[in-house]
Amino acid sequence: MSIENREEFRPKIVAFCCNWCSYAGADLAGSSRLAYPADVKIIRVPCSCRVNPMFILRAFEKGADGVILCGCHPGDCHYTTGNFYARRRMTLLFSMLEYIGIENGRTRVEWVSAAEGVKFSTTMNEFVEKIHSLGKNVRLGDLRCRN
Amino acid sequence: MQELIARAKELLADGSVARVLGWKAGDLPYNPEPAYFEKEEDFENFVYDGFCGANLSKYMIEACKLEGKTLVYLKPCDTYSFQELMKEHRVDREKAYIIGVGCKGKLDIEKIKKQGIKGIESISGAEADGPAETLSFRTVYGEKTCSYADGMLERCHVCKGKEHMVFDEIIGESKDTKDADRFAEVEKIEAMSPEEKFAFFQKELSKCIRCNACRNVCPACSCRKCVFDSNKFDSAQKANVDSFEEKMFHIIRAFHVAGRCTDCGECSRVCPQGIPLHLFNRKFIKDINEFYGEYQAGADMEPRTPLTDYVFEDVEPSVVTERG
Repeated sequence: MSIENREEFRPKIVAFCCNWCSYAGADLAGSSRLAYPADVKIIRVPCSCRVNPMFILRAFEKGADGVILCGCHPGDCHYTTGNFYARRRMTLLFSMLEYIGIENGRTRVEWVSAAEGVKFSTTMNEFVEKIHSLGKNVRLGDLRCRN
Repeated sequence: MQELIARAKELLADGSVARVLGWKAGDLPYNPEPAYFEKEEDFENFVYDGFCGANLSKYMIEACKLEGKTLVYLKPCDTYSFQELMKEHRVDREKAYIIGVGCKGKLDIEKIKKQGIKGIESISGAEADGPAETLSFRTVYGEKTCSYADGMLERCHVCKGKEHMVFDEIIGESKDTKDADRFAEVEKIEAMSPEEKFAFFQKELSKCIRCNACRNVCPACSCRKCVFDSNKFDSAQKANVDSFEEKMFHIIRAFHVAGRCTDCGECSRVCPQGIPLHLFNRKFIKDINEFYGEYQAGADMEPRTPLTDYVFEDVEPSVVTERG
């Protein structure tokens, strides 16, 4: 039976989390024992606006199936305005990805504060589910970048 | 053209400018190239006609570092780029003497060749001034003609206007050439299904040979060190596989100039493979207009550009998914 079992699709999901809100939110989710899928790999960034559009495309090139960016709620940025800039950049980038024909559910931005452990875990659960329904990322990969 | 030469010689002679940045005739009747003119006799090769599409404002970044003033000829659309560079402190207004030249639309040799006009020996009707509506070609296959508007660059059909944004003096008459909607092509692609969109860009972008001409010619793309020159970057070079590499390059190239791109159309003009690169830049311009209000880069000296500005009520990135 085990031979017939096809390998289940395990998506690779990259979550860029801001150090001050979302990373602490993820911590809270952990200490509150809220489950979220292990497919989510968190990368801590100092602020959501540290995330260059290139980071997101590079993550896809290297084989990510979904990329999510989490930051402080607008107005709550530790550096006052960082997430406002990130918001404009990501809006344009996501719109461009849609324009060239990439399924638009593969990218997402969510504002998660340090107190929102529940939101963090539900967001991740939802996002992983969404990626499961979209399947493997074939359009954005680059063979040379796979290790 | 004679007027431009006479004025340049005058300014060179009285020492108010040290050099002139203009166009010199190339080896073929349709490929003039940007050039410096420092002495009176250099002007023998000076040319300004319908094929002088090159935007000289980018050359001013380097010219402003030289000793003395540089006289530069700028077409109306080039002055947007120049003003954008002034805003970014990449050029020194004091070091430039700008002569705004008239423009009645610039010609695209590739478009003319597509109409079956090949083996061109000489061209008449392409003069920058003058009322000519038709172009006549003497080719090895005989005489051929085509209307001026049919040979025009795509960017001239969606011209931003014939007003110079920044100049010291204006020589020559301009003629309005706008006869198409700037975003029509973008809207056409937006209406396609994701599969069609992907197939369209795959087809266009797989022609890319990564010569970097679009990057090198762009007046907004003027970083001294470019991210795509890094050898640590494993997809910096072209690969012979259907990969995401070209798309990544073109998205990032367009993204790095988003909000600063004046839509001068140089990227599409210089592309040796004829990729419609302006479609990327225009998509960003369209989105910026839609989400953050109408904006034309280079039209003013306002320091806040769409991507260096924000308001609390900005749309959330999820608007893209919701829009469908």
